Amino acid sequence: MMKRKLLALTLSALFLPAAGSALAQAGKISGDVVKIAVLTDMSGVYSALGGKGSVLGAEMAIEDFKAKFKPKFKIELVSADHQNKADVGSNKVREWYDTQGVDMVTDVLNSGVAIAVAKVTTEKNKIMLNTGAASTRLTNEDCAPSNVVHYVYDTYALANGPGKAVTKQGKDSWFFLTADYAFGHSLEKDTTDAVKANGGKVLGAVRHPLNASDFSSFLLQAQASKAKVVGLANAGGDTINSIKAANEFGLTKNQTVVGLLTTIVDIHALGLPTTQGMMFTEGFYWNLNQETREFSRRFFSKHKGMPNMLPAGTYSAVLHYLKAVQAAGTDDTAAVMKQMKATPINDAFAKGGKIRDDGRMIHDMYLVEVKKQSESKEPWDYYHVKQVIPAEEAFQPMALSRCAAVAKK
Amino acid sequence: MTEIFGVPIQALFGQLMLGLVNGSFYAVLSLGLAVIFGMLNIINFAHGALYMTGAMLAWIFLEYLGVGYWWSLLLAPVCVGLIGIAIERLMLQWLYKLDHLYGLLLTFGLALMIEGLFRDLYGVAGQPYSIPEELSGAFNLGFMFLPKYRAWTIVASLSVCLLTWYMIEKTRLGAYLRAATENPRLTQAFGINVPLMVMLTYGFGVGLAGFAGVLAAPASQVGPLMGSNLIIVVFAVVVIGGMGSILGSVVTGLALGIIEGMTKVFWPEASATVVFMIMAVVLMIRPAGLFGREK
Repeated sequence: MMKRKLLALTLSALFLPAAGSALAQAGKISGDVVKIAVLTDMSGVYSALGGKGSVLGAEMAIEDFKAKFKPKFKIELVSADHQNKADVGSNKVREWYDTQGVDMVTDVLNSGVAIAVAKVTTEKNKIMLNTGAASTRLTNEDCAPSNVVHYVYDTYALANGPGKAVTKQGKDSWFFLTADYAFGHSLEKDTTDAVKANGGKVLGAVRHPLNASDFSSFLLQAQASKAKVVGLANAGGDTINSIKAANEFGLTKNQTVVGLLTTIVDIHALGLPTTQGMMFTEGFYWNLNQETREFSRRFFSKHKGMPNMLPAGTYSAVLHYLKAVQAAGTDDTAAVMKQMKATPINDAFAKGGKIRDDGRMIHDMYLVEVKKQSESKEPWDYYHVKQVIPAEEAFQPMALSRCAAVAKK
Repeated sequence: MTEIFGVPIQALFGQLMLGLVNGSFYAVLSLGLAVIFGMLNIINFAHGALYMTGAMLAWIFLEYLGVGYWWSLLLAPVCVGLIGIAIERLMLQWLYKLDHLYGLLLTFGLALMIEGLFRDLYGVAGQPYSIPEELSGAFNLGFMFLPKYRAWTIVASLSVCLLTWYMIEKTRLGAYLRAATENPRLTQAFGINVPLMVMLTYGFGVGLAGFAGVLAAPASQVGPLMGSNLIIVVFAVVVIGGMGSILGSVVTGLALGIIEGMTKVFWPEASATVVFMIMAVVLMIRPAGLFGREK
């Protein structure tokens, strides 16, 4: 009895995906459902950046899409925690693609996980709209422009703003505190390039393990380097603890701390007295205009916190994807990708955003400075937007692309 | 400037000092674990979660009740101790006769639940907790800039370790405790309430974790993950020192803090693993740990 059941299950598992793809080829929606998956860090060091916020962003996108376009197809959303482990992430995504009929996966923060998931996505010919990871490898060495879009930001965009602005202020010698994996290395390298291009120099770097419990030792080394600027090539909890220790050890008196991947969530966690005057690049600020404020207040009412660029970007990515599915009349990967690349992106997150041939979505970025406590008029009123970096300048130019698929053209 | 292996000697002193600061946290935490293991034979995996609870309580007291750092330093450990007593009475006491594994699994489950609770209530980004007025600022030691708060953590944790050692080794209460560990039935026959002793020991042990939590609160971000980041290292410290050895846990705690600090200078990438490498070597040479006695 048991055996027969197992056999039946195995057989149906074998045939289901085949049936699904046959439908897709007929130019319809596979399984009559568009299934979107959010893969993120739900509980670890980066979960405050994306995590539940990203899931909420995706939910809001689906809600808005349904209200405006009244689609004939069903939309489902699933999510999972990759625990910042590449193997956990890629196994989950494989399962989603093979047995659950997932069409598109989004967020996927943590560059290590993202690169692994990109490989599975390409192999299974599905779509990843990456709104969470930072490494430029996703559109260079590991690019897969037919399947992967890098949507929100990358280390080049993060590095470029402060690398240029801070160095030009005469703070021209840098020392890095770098998270010791793909993302940190990538961020350090891109900032180094930006600093050097603007006449600065890099005095050294210390590589710390992800999720280090104590940063005072690394900061002491940064202090000893006598560099004018200490660049934090890390993120999430690591950045928060680095900044806290930098204040405690008096490093901020003589040196400028630049958090290279800092978002409003980190500023909120640290408070303005600790962070005032810090400069960094963000892809989204809730208080930019009427549209961002409306979106963010809606988000706030459910999340009890303002969105940073990750949830806002996830919102935009899911919305853009669904619009493309609607327009193409199918969830077939090639057709949807073509549609997405052909349409400019205009929503609360991006104005005139565009997906390039290498899979990079380009849009304006913002160089911000953290306000002083006295300048902040309401909760979450944290940034002076110092400069809007136009899309073409914010991201790596196509001419410098190391993406093989683009070079062949 | 004099240099050792390319590192200025002043920087080296600074790193030694920091190692001592971190080591003193390891010492207090591993001391609690050692006391609990020594007396109860329980491998308390909930230790990290209770350390975090101590820090979170300090933050909650300040945020909602306006209770400052110094009172928290007293109240939070007591609260954590009471939570510990409740855990011991309601759950742990049924497991003493079973294999170690059951206690380990129970406390591990509890740790996940406590963490999950705080994660759900407050998120993972953590809460800021500022350094008390009296201890803000820093000493300029010439070779480094030592925040007063960090200096205080060394003093506070070493005093607590010393006090604990004195209580267990030199007082009558400690003598009862040691007797109860050695031979519970005989001790009971002398009219000493052994279950009560055991309950208090567990309460005290986790109270130490709560104390370390409050100490850590101003120095790092107060968040649900702070315990799990630390606890694995602390377990390694206990294993290296010798399970259940009080002196061993304190000395190894400090020593490993310093070794880890040095690694951060010479080979930062390895700083997360150096403790475990030492653990492997120690286990090969002395399976009972540096200060442990083989039974």
